[in-house]
Amino acid sequence: MDKIPILKMGSFLLVTIQVDLYDRLALNLESDLIQMVDKIGAKGVLIDISAVNIVDSFMGRILGNIASMSRILDAQTVVVGMQPAVAITLVELGLPLNGVRTALNVEKGMALLQSMIPPEKGDEENIEDDHNSF
Amino acid sequence: MIITLSKDEMAVVKEQDVVPFRNRVREYAVKIKMGLVNQTKLITAASELVRNMLRYANGGKIRIEIVSKGRDNGIRLTFADTGPGIQNIDLAMKDGYSTGKSLGLGLPGARRLVNEFNIQTETGKGTTVTIIKWSNG
Repeated sequence: MDKIPILKMGSFLLVTIQVDLYDRLALNLESDLIQMVDKIGAKGVLIDISAVNIVDSFMGRILGNIASMSRILDAQTVVVGMQPAVAITLVELGLPLNGVRTALNVEKGMALLQSMIPPEKGDEENIEDDHNSF
Repeated sequence: MIITLSKDEMAVVKEQDVVPFRNRVREYAVKIKMGLVNQTKLITAASELVRNMLRYANGGKIRIEIVSKGRDNGIRLTFADTGPGIQNIDLAMKDGYSTGKSLGLGLPGARRLVNEFNIQTETGKGTTVTIIKWSNG
């Protein structure tokens, strides 16, 4: 069974989708990711879809679900790297992905996540360390 | 008049078949030099229709054709299943209507993404959806 890896970076989770998604794979990613948010108390989730050629209504809904679910668990989600053709198609399809934060690339997405999350006292140093070593 | 230049057929019976099917459609679209945006629209529409076929009819057959009309080349996809058919086609073509748990964007969304869209359905016999995307349409 295929699986999309989820990387932990400090209090963020990073997912890079490098394969063609089918429904089951997307659903598994949704549940794995939400469980991981809960398990490590993640504050942010970054999903890189720059290698994804197709986002149809099902996958669009999964992205929306991930954002809503993680918000309930006190984590912010940013989707980055959407291809222009995919953006055009999604809007024409009728799925403008309202409620999903986006950024152009991973770097900008990370900056957005950091700006959205108020630094916690005590945790702050750990987070800084993680970034330096990265 | 629409002429068929090349023809291919593919069965989709399980979810994993969807990825090779989408790739096959892309190959054909690239072959006729379809632009990236139109390719993406076509494959997204195909992905919606193939999901419907899997979910409601346990799969079916898809014919992939390169067609030509005058100076235009395009891809025609015909999705044929022998499922339960669609009871109310007008409702099914409406945004946000679904008998399943989906968003109800599949059929109306697919129609918006292609140039020609035709659906034939008979309750108890099955559904056939035909779409055409012109290379520069």
